[in-house]
Amino acid sequence: MKHLSPVSLKVNGELYELSIPPWRTLLEVLREDLSLTGTKRSCQEGQCGACTVLLDGRAIYSCLFLAVEAEGKEILTIEGLARSAGALDPIQKAFVETGAVQCGFCTPGLVLAAKSFLDENPAPSEEEVRRATVGHLCRCTGYFQIFEAVLAAARERAGKSAPA
Amino acid sequence: MTVQACGDYAIIGKPVPKKDACIKVTGEAKYADDLFFAGMLHGKLLRSPHPHAKISSIDTSRAEKLSGVRAVITGKDFPGIKYGNTPQTRDYLPLAIDKVRYIGDEVAAVAAIDEEIAEEALDLIRVEYEPLPAVFDAEEAMKPGAPQLHDHAPNNISAETAFEFGDVIEGFAEAGYLQEDLFETQAVKQGMLEPHACIGQWDETGKITLWASKQSPYVVWKQLSMGLGIETSRIRVIQTYVGGGFSGGKQEAMPMDFSAVVLSKRCGRPVKFVHNMDEVLTIGHMRHPMKIWLRTGVKKDGTLLAQHLKIVADGGAYSSIGQLSMYLPGAMLNLPYRVPHVKYEAYRIFTNNGFCGALRGHTIPQVCFARDSQLDLIAEKLGLDPIDIRLKNGLRPGETTPNGFRIGTFGFTECVEKAIEASGWKEKRGKLPRYRGIGMGCGSLVSGARVMGHSASTAQVNVHEDGTVALVTGSTDVGQGADTVLSMIAAEVLGVGLDDIRFALVDTDTTPADPGTFSSRVTFWTGNAVKIAAEDARRQLAEIAAEKLKAQINDIVFRDRQVYVKNDPQRRLRFEELVRLAQHRQGKVIMGKGSYTSGEALIDFRTGYGNMSPAYTPSACVVEVEVDPETGQVTVTGIWGAHDCGFPLNPMLVKGQVLGATVMGIGQALYENLIRIDGKVMNPSFRDYKMPLTEDMPRLANVGHINVVTNDPSGPFGAKEAGEGAAAGVIAAVANAVYNATGVRFKSLPFSPDKILFALKESRREAECGKA
Repeated sequence: MKHLSPVSLKVNGELYELSIPPWRTLLEVLREDLSLTGTKRSCQEGQCGACTVLLDGRAIYSCLFLAVEAEGKEILTIEGLARSAGALDPIQKAFVETGAVQCGFCTPGLVLAAKSFLDENPAPSEEEVRRATVGHLCRCTGYFQIFEAVLAAARERAGKSAPA
Repeated sequence: MTVQACGDYAIIGKPVPKKDACIKVTGEAKYADDLFFAGMLHGKLLRSPHPHAKISSIDTSRAEKLSGVRAVITGKDFPGIKYGNTPQTRDYLPLAIDKVRYIGDEVAAVAAIDEEIAEEALDLIRVEYEPLPAVFDAEEAMKPGAPQLHDHAPNNISAETAFEFGDVIEGFAEAGYLQEDLFETQAVKQGMLEPHACIGQWDETGKITLWASKQSPYVVWKQLSMGLGIETSRIRVIQTYVGGGFSGGKQEAMPMDFSAVVLSKRCGRPVKFVHNMDEVLTIGHMRHPMKIWLRTGVKKDGTLLAQHLKIVADGGAYSSIGQLSMYLPGAMLNLPYRVPHVKYEAYRIFTNNGFCGALRGHTIPQVCFARDSQLDLIAEKLGLDPIDIRLKNGLRPGETTPNGFRIGTFGFTECVEKAIEASGWKEKRGKLPRYRGIGMGCGSLVSGARVMGHSASTAQVNVHEDGTVALVTGSTDVGQGADTVLSMIAAEVLGVGLDDIRFALVDTDTTPADPGTFSSRVTFWTGNAVKIAAEDARRQLAEIAAEKLKAQINDIVFRDRQVYVKNDPQRRLRFEELVRLAQHRQGKVIMGKGSYTSGEALIDFRTGYGNMSPAYTPSACVVEVEVDPETGQVTVTGIWGAHDCGFPLNPMLVKGQVLGATVMGIGQALYENLIRIDGKVMNPSFRDYKMPLTEDMPRLANVGHINVVTNDPSGPFGAKEAGEGAAAGVIAAVANAVYNATGVRFKSLPFSPDKILFALKESRREAECGKA
């Protein structure tokens, strides 16, 4: 019999009461128990960034994070980003419009990493965007349209928050 | 030529977002690992730890007794039929039966209630091996007395190709200068982020269904039929969203696919398999490592006269697409330069390494690396400008190459000139500070090729009464944008919006048969089929509109969801009104269909003669680098590429293809190397297998991509290939830039810091000795 730990997780604003083996990663629990499959499973060793989610606004690799340790924290997955905005978030919109999405497997992780980064640094330089996304692999785009997307999203967000 | 000048299109030529981008940014797109079925079991594969061994026995009894395990299978649970791409390359078994040939060869499979139990069960399977002598070097494997991998392949020759066009002896005799070099390339992985994944189901009626991440689902369908010994009518392959392909295994049926369906038969439940990344990076399908010997004869003015190319490629343990992999480098020696005399000899050799196949550009980038590196060497020796030697020898439209390629549109000169201009070559070359350099490399590719029996693509255009269109093809979007570009073609022809087109994922029960996604064929071949199908539907609609509007059929215009009479646009119908008229009043449901094939004969890979593709693309790439003399680190500080894609149907997607391909080339040039020691992959993780990262990229201001527009008459709306050609010249461009920066010529890939440091030290030492 496997040992189960009770844990309550707040994901995308909703509370889930779960009993899970304590060694399960947040990635596994999000995908398998909560059916939030927008968080992607790729390298499972913290190299590719495809499994990135936000924990209290900070980007983490959910493949390296135990689900029980997320107790009491606000978890945002890609499914929560669009819903909280009612439509596409400006970052998602920018990824769509600049051609930053090809196969799309790296996309949810990169969108969330960009959100965490732009929340901290709303007007980044190109160099800062490059540094902020260095923990993410993309094999399709060569990254350039991703840089353009993050910079475009920053401009869009700045435009919206600027006083009229 | 500007994009606008090429036609007054409503949709074609516009940089519109990829159709599926919306559901990818929200996480809604379902990849194979995102599917969970009721009662689904999880599978895992047991792999050989030996590079070469006989299997004496397999005891699965302890694994079967483990709580949670539902079934264990071995090679004996399959009919023992070998499968593969062509009759000459059928050497795969779903699971090994009596012999394993590389570390990672699949020997057994488990289905359990979760992945952890399945993995635990693998440890309980007892396999008795009788290790055999193994060989890991292609040239060693060719020698008499070397361990033999396959009974059907004496001297471990997996494929051999030899051809000569013209007479190289004569060409070399005429030459004022001869250059001879040996180049070496490494094993490289596709590195797609999505691991291989599938779910197999064998139902009570005997129907087999496979949901899987596949770039060529019909190849999988046929191979499953072959390896299972079951007719294709009982097999259904349903394609999910694909998280990157690059021919890293998703183009074929894999042991996981066979195991999933056979375990499902045993258990009466669907079975899912997902590879771990260490499996993805260990198992087959990697780029062929090659030894490339190239001898070139030129006139003193740089005119190419003759080239003799010899290749020995480490094919690894199995054939993959063997003969084609060896045909291509020799064939592509005829492009993009004019070489009157060409001789080629190539061997693909079996070794006890993981097996090799295609990867973005297949085996073409390797030979382009050698050829375009050597061109710079020749130019330097003869005191010629490296640009001039390229322009002097570049093929022109209308030429036929010695091996029978008929060159139609071919903007090679424009590619070189545009890349020069964009990069500021003239201001930089020879004027950059020490340890900074700039170099050029060129390449060429096909727009699809006739490489097997079935090469035609087919499309159906089903027009619905709400004015929307279901576009059904057998082609797969692997991220390159086929969903969007094919939909744009249909929308343009029918005068509807891009959002009005629904693009179907492949389901072998309902979509038309198709060869698959490879050789940069989809836009050209399926695009032509879509255009023909949409024109068929438009013709059916135009007949009804002409009657209703009392006009000539040829005067009916379809645009902006309106159907009207040319020169009298007030006489009009809304598109959906016309469809309803057809469907409700006349009882005509509008379905257009179209097929396209190039009409070329199948190439005989042994003689090498024939026109492989309906259209060829040239490309030129300029790379600027900075070399750190203290660490040996090469930083790419700029890339500028020009590529003749015929006509960019969607410039934003073309840009993504070209830049993505370019960065993959940089990865192979500078970082990537799958290290194998005695057949064991030493770096099977993204931590140790170094792919380019964001911080390795040059600044956006130093990145340029130029479309050279040539409007190919046989391509859909003038389009040619865009996904692979741009990768061909990149490696040589980096090699030439590193030489320009350091004065050291590297002929062995990758140009890693250790090699650079060592070479810089050597050259300093030599310089000092020279002084002394």
